[in-house]
Amino acid sequence: MTLQPDVSTSAGHNSHQPDATTIEHLRERAQFIRLETIRLIDIAKTGHYTSVFSAAEVFSALYYDVMNLRRGEPGWEGRDRFTIGKGHAAVGLFPIYADLGFFPKEWLDSYTRLGSPLGDHPDMRKVPGVDFSSGSIGHALSNAIGIALAQRWTGQDYKVFCMMGDGEMQEGQVWEAALFAAQNRMKNLIAIVDRNGFQLDGRVDEVMGIEPLDQKWRAFGWEVHTVDGHDIAAVTTLLRRLRADGAREKPALVISKTVKGRGVSYMETEPGWHLGWLDPTDAQEAIAEIKAQVI
Amino acid sequence: MNGPKSPNSWQYRGLNMVNPGLDHLSNGLIDLVKTGHNVVAGSADLQYSNGLNRFAEAYPDRYISFGISEQNMVSTAAGIATTGVVPFVATFASFLGLLTCEQIRMDVAYSAQPVRLVGHHTGISLGFYGTSHHATEDIGTMRSIADLTVVSPSDGAQLEAAIRASANWDQPIYFRIGRGRDPVVYDGGTTFEFGKAHVHGFGEDLTIIACGITVHAALEAAAAMNAAGRSVGVIDMASIKPLDRDAIIEAADRSKSGRLMTVEEHNVLGGLGAAVAEVLTDEGKGIRLKRHGIQDEYSLIAPPTHLYAHYKLDGAGIRAVAEEFLRS
Repeated sequence: MTLQPDVSTSAGHNSHQPDATTIEHLRERAQFIRLETIRLIDIAKTGHYTSVFSAAEVFSALYYDVMNLRRGEPGWEGRDRFTIGKGHAAVGLFPIYADLGFFPKEWLDSYTRLGSPLGDHPDMRKVPGVDFSSGSIGHALSNAIGIALAQRWTGQDYKVFCMMGDGEMQEGQVWEAALFAAQNRMKNLIAIVDRNGFQLDGRVDEVMGIEPLDQKWRAFGWEVHTVDGHDIAAVTTLLRRLRADGAREKPALVISKTVKGRGVSYMETEPGWHLGWLDPTDAQEAIAEIKAQVI
Repeated sequence: MNGPKSPNSWQYRGLNMVNPGLDHLSNGLIDLVKTGHNVVAGSADLQYSNGLNRFAEAYPDRYISFGISEQNMVSTAAGIATTGVVPFVATFASFLGLLTCEQIRMDVAYSAQPVRLVGHHTGISLGFYGTSHHATEDIGTMRSIADLTVVSPSDGAQLEAAIRASANWDQPIYFRIGRGRDPVVYDGGTTFEFGKAHVHGFGEDLTIIACGITVHAALEAAAAMNAAGRSVGVIDMASIKPLDRDAIIEAADRSKSGRLMTVEEHNVLGGLGAAVAEVLTDEGKGIRLKRHGIQDEYSLIAPPTHLYAHYKLDGAGIRAVAEEFLRS
């Protein structure tokens, strides 16, 4: 989490490279996100482990480094915003928000229990830190566009990040939004596709193929980048650079190539883990596996 | 010189640019901007149908062209509203009330964003354009969405009054408006209050509760019936949600015939008639209610005025239905 001013890319790409201490911190926070996800899903006895695990490094990079935020001030007007189309990954976001002081950490213990603000999907009416509610796939890019567009009439200055799932690319509204953002040269908008390759019914490319994804977004008028979504240094460097780029006249899209379930070996090979629960014994093994890894 | 030779020839944009009935929406929004409200407007390729081209000309930086993408328009408007800017977005009621219903529920109403949704060319007012362009379900869909206000002004003056009133209304609003060629009900202007009906009188024989374009027709019917010795009143129920329950209860209490009637350019299932019936049942009024409107069917193809006559939604038709009801 930084308060860095916008700077031109003229200083060169390397200037955005995080130092070793930062990389280590962001790795540790990604691990924290995975471990907290296991803990919270055990409260609900069902949840989307793998949807968080593919996105953990991007979540870590955004919330602990790239986005302009103020600890304890989720409603600060100048903050960068984040919307998410794959709202079922919210279980990985709530621990971050508590960690950043957006709401008391005790709230996490009530996850999904009667009357809790924290459910499977993020709710802006109930959860400080959620910039827009989610749950119906395909809306989030439009929501992000609206938040970014409004800067014209509020004079506020911030960036808007939007994460979408790769299955989400099958929703028609995404492409309505893609056209709009390009037409309106929305340079303050940075979208990320968590390209983990799976949706509920199976492999994305078998259910309803979306490739060539980079060419599609380029053809829609976006600046497209591809990154290994688990390489925390590469993710952070790219997102820092895109955030700072004042010369770009287009919205930016990052295809974050990831592994669904990354961190727990058997989840990486079984799409059924999109939704599931780990018995305490298995949970302990999964925790040990995550802790033993340096992703 | 190119172009048609006859002055009677016309084209869509040219006709709509000079139609004074299309001034009201933009006038209302321009007034809001002039009085210091951070209002923007957008439309999905229909600015010449809803008259927002006038707002776009007045404030080009405050107009958003969405192209033919209604769902993106609604979700984007919700994003805009999170920042304190108040967006008015407009398209045909048939698209807004059905195609974008889920975006309205999730991004606007449930998310409590004060978006102003303007569904125009309601009911069967698009005549021979057919069922794809008719909105006879939008009251039903919109009023069943929690935390969404539903307003159906009966003419341009009432629309402008409702837009003015919206400046002090926190909930998102669905405005259900006509096609800009609706007859004037409130010559010289009017006021509007959310949750309050405009009562044109209660009748001992019958009170007709109407909304939108049917208010003018109901007033015509009532005038003719009163001239013939009946006691007939009319309530303009522009505020469909919140509904003016007190006006409905009073109309029921003052009926000596034990009858009430609703008129709407909408399916009688889920619309104004259903809303009134819910109140009468809740209150145990034990009164007969004639729900006049589209009887759970798809409209025929015809010019609008022919359709209003066919479905007995013009003054003569409403009078005929009312007289038959009173005899039954």
